[in-house]
Amino acid sequence: MSLRSRVVERVMGALFLGCGALSVLTTVGIVVVLATQSLGFFSDVSPLEFLAGARWSPDLAPRSFGILPLLNGTLLIAAGALLVALPVGLATAVYLSEYASRRTKRIVKPALEILAGIPTVVYGYFAVAFVTPILRAVFPAAGVFNAASAALVVGIMILPMVSSLSEDALSAVPRSLREAAYSLGATRFEVSTRIVVPAGLPGIAASFILAVSRAIAETMVVTLAAGATPRMTLDLLESVQTMTAYIVQASLGDAPSGTVEYRTLFAVGLFLFLITLALNLLSQRLIGRFREIHP
Amino acid sequence: MNPGAAPPRGGRFEPRVAARRRAGVRFKWLCRFAVAFAVASLLVLLVHILATGLPTLSPDFLVTFPSRFPDRAGIRSAILGSLWLLTLVAAMSFPLGVGAAVYLEEYAPRNRLTNLLQTNIANLAGVPSIVYGLLGLAVFVRFLSLERSLLAGAATLSLLVLPLVIIAAREAIRAVPDSLREAAYALGATRWQAIRHHVLPAALPGILSGTILALSRAGGETAPLLIIGALTFIAFDPVSVMDPFTVLPIQIFNWTADPREEFHALAAGAIVVLLGVLLLMNAAAILIRNRYER
Amino acid sequence: MSSNTVLETVGLSVRYGETRVIDDVSLRIPENRVVAFIGPSGCGKSTLLRCFNRLNDFVPAARITGQVLFRGRDLYGAEVDPADVRRSIGMVFQKPNPFPKSIFENIAFGLRINGFQDDIGDRVEASLRAASLWDEVSHRLDADALGLSAGQQQRLCIARALAVEPEVLLMDEPASALDPIATGRIEDLIGDLRGDYTIVVVTHNMQQAARISDDTAFLYMGELLEYKETQRLFTNPEDERTEAYITGRLG
Repeated sequence: MSLRSRVVERVMGALFLGCGALSVLTTVGIVVVLATQSLGFFSDVSPLEFLAGARWSPDLAPRSFGILPLLNGTLLIAAGALLVALPVGLATAVYLSEYASRRTKRIVKPALEILAGIPTVVYGYFAVAFVTPILRAVFPAAGVFNAASAALVVGIMILPMVSSLSEDALSAVPRSLREAAYSLGATRFEVSTRIVVPAGLPGIAASFILAVSRAIAETMVVTLAAGATPRMTLDLLESVQTMTAYIVQASLGDAPSGTVEYRTLFAVGLFLFLITLALNLLSQRLIGRFREIHP
Repeated sequence: MNPGAAPPRGGRFEPRVAARRRAGVRFKWLCRFAVAFAVASLLVLLVHILATGLPTLSPDFLVTFPSRFPDRAGIRSAILGSLWLLTLVAAMSFPLGVGAAVYLEEYAPRNRLTNLLQTNIANLAGVPSIVYGLLGLAVFVRFLSLERSLLAGAATLSLLVLPLVIIAAREAIRAVPDSLREAAYALGATRWQAIRHHVLPAALPGILSGTILALSRAGGETAPLLIIGALTFIAFDPVSVMDPFTVLPIQIFNWTADPREEFHALAAGAIVVLLGVLLLMNAAAILIRNRYER
Repeated sequence: MSSNTVLETVGLSVRYGETRVIDDVSLRIPENRVVAFIGPSGCGKSTLLRCFNRLNDFVPAARITGQVLFRGRDLYGAEVDPADVRRSIGMVFQKPNPFPKSIFENIAFGLRINGFQDDIGDRVEASLRAASLWDEVSHRLDADALGLSAGQQQRLCIARALAVEPEVLLMDEPASALDPIATGRIEDLIGDLRGDYTIVVVTHNMQQAARISDDTAFLYMGELLEYKETQRLFTNPEDERTEAYITGRLG
C-alpha cells in the first residue's frame, strides 16, 4: 500500500469515527445544557418547591415554581390521549394481524402511515379549527382552549404508532401457537384474545409505554389547543398548560441568558427529558425481552 | 411413568360454540369500528384541510409576504425559508449521518464502546424534539451567537434528524452484500477505496430514500424552531445563512394561534402546501427505493 | 381393518394454487388403531393430516375437493363448525408448542373455552397422568411451561390435547424435534394411548412407524400408494416405490 493511500485510509477512518462521535457529543450536549442551566435554576429555587409546589407562576409576582400544575396538565392530556390511542390502536392491531384480508391491509396500513407522517402542527391546527368548535357545540362548558380537544387529537396522532408496533408484536407470535389453540376447538376470537394478545403482551406493553412517552413529549397540539393556564384540575373541558406548552410559551418571550426565566425553561426541559428517557428505556427493555421469547 | 393411566374421559362439556361465535362476531365488529375510526380520522382531517385550505390557494398567496391583513397575507417567506432550511439540513445531516453509518458498519470494532454508540443513537431518536430546541437555543443561538439565523435552525434540526439518517444509512449499507467488498479487496483496494467505489454506490439509493424521509420529518418540525426563537415576522427574502427566517410550520402555527378565524383558513392553505411538499418528498423516497430495489 | 371407521377420505385432493399436493386419496382409519403416514418429505402427508381437523382452512391458497368424513359426517359440510370438530380431533405438532402460560393454564385453556363443567384441577391432573408427565410437574403446576425440557413440553402438548377428550389424536412428526431419549418416551406414550384413542401419526422415521403403528400408509407425491397393516407393508411391500423407500433407496 502506498504511503498516500495509507494516509488517506487513516484520515477517512478518523473522519468516520468523528461523525459517529458527534452523536455522543449531542447526548453530552443535551445533558450538559439541561444540567448546568437547571443547576443555576435550583440555586434560586429549592428542588422541593419545584417538585412539590402546586402553583406555577414563574413570571408574575408572587413568583412560584411548583411544577405540579404543569405535570397535572401534561398527565391529564396524556391520559385522555391514551384513552383513545391504546384501545383503538390495539383493536386495530388485532384486526390487521388476525382478521383483515390482504386487500383491507393494503388500504388501512398506508392510511395509518400517512396519519403517522402528518406534522404535529397540522394536528394542532385540526384541534383548534375543527375539534374544538365541535366540542364546544356539544359541551357548552368547554373553553376556547381545553384539554379534551388536545387529548383527543394527540390520541389520534399517536394511534398509528400504537397500532403498528402492536401489530408487529402480534405478528411475531408464532403461527404454531394459533394452530395449537385452534386444534383445541378455539374460535378466532378466543385465539386472538386469549392466546395471541397475551403472548404478544410484552411487545404491546412496549408500544403502550412509547405512546405514553410520545403523549408527554407532544408539543404543538397542546400548545395550540390546550392553552396556557397552569392549573390543578381533572376537568378536561378547562384550559391547562403542559410542560411542553410552557417551554414554548416561555421561549417565545426571549428571556435573556442567565435569568431565572431562561433557566426555568431548562429545568422543565430536564424534567421532561428524564421522564421520556425513562419511558423509552423501559420500552426498549420490554422489546428486548419479547425478542428473546419470540426470536 | 404411569403406564395404563386411565384416559381422561366422561367429563361434561358445554361448548356452546354458537354463542362463542356470536361473541366473536361482536368482537370483530368492535375491531372493525376501531379501524374505521382511524381511517375516518385521516379522512376527516384531510377533507377539512382541503376544503378550508384550497380556496385560499392562489399564485398571490404563494408569492406574497405575510401580512396583518388576511386578504393580503402569503407564504413567500415561509416557502423560501423552508427551502433554505431543508437544503442546509440536507447538507449537514447527509454527510454526517452517512459518515457515522459507515463508521458503525465498516470500521467499528465489536466492543462495548460501539454498543454504547448504537444504544446512544437509538435513544437520541426518542428524545422529544422540544429538547433539541433547548439544546439549539443554548448552544447555537446563545453560546455560538448564531442568533435566530437559518444556520442555527438548520444545525438544530440536523441534530434532530441525524439519528434517523444514521439508522437508514446503516440499513442500506448493511444490505450491500459482502461479496462486493471481498471482490474489491481481492483487487487490492484499501478499505476506503472499497467503500467509496463499491459499498457507497450500491447503498446510495437506500441512503437517499432514508435521508429524504428524515428531511420530510425536518420539514414538518415546529417546536424546536419555536424554541430557538424563529417565530418572527419575516417580510423579506433570506439571502444568507445568517438571516432570520420563518418556515411553513411556523407560519401555520402563527396563523392557527391567531384568534381571528380568517387566519385559520390561511393556515389551512399553508398546510395544503406543506403536505403537498412532504407528499412529494415521500413519493420521491419511495420511487428511489422501488427503482433500485429488486 | 374390519372395525368401525372413524375417519375416511373419499377422492380427496388438495391444491395450493396450481400445485396439487394431495391427489385423489381415499382411505379409512379404523377406531382405536395407530396409523402411520410415511413418505419422502413433500409427499403431502402433513397436508393430509391437516385435512382431518381442517387446519388447512387457514391457508388461503388451499383448495380442497373430495370428502373427509368423521364418523360418516362430512367434515367440510356447510353445517359443520370447525371449532366443534377440532375438539374431537386433537392435534400434536412437529415442534412442541406450549402456550407461554403456566403448565396448569396450558391444559386449562382447552377446558375453559369448551365449557368444562367439572373440576378443572382434577382434569388437569388426569390429563398430565395420561401423558405420563404428572410425576415430573405435579409440584410446579404454576411454573412457566416454556421452562420445561423439549420432551416434557411435547408431553404437555399431548396432555393438553387429551384434556378435552378427543376421539382422534393427529400427530405431525411428534418426535422429530426431540433427542432419542425424549423420542423414546413419546413412543412409549403412544403405546400407552393405543387402544384408547384413534391415532394418526405422520413420521419420516420408518423404524418409528414400524415400532408404534398398527397400520401404515405410504404416500408419494400426493398419491396414496400403499396402505395396510404395518408389518405386512414393511415385510411385503407391493409397490416397488414403497419397497424402494423402506429400503432407503428413495427419498
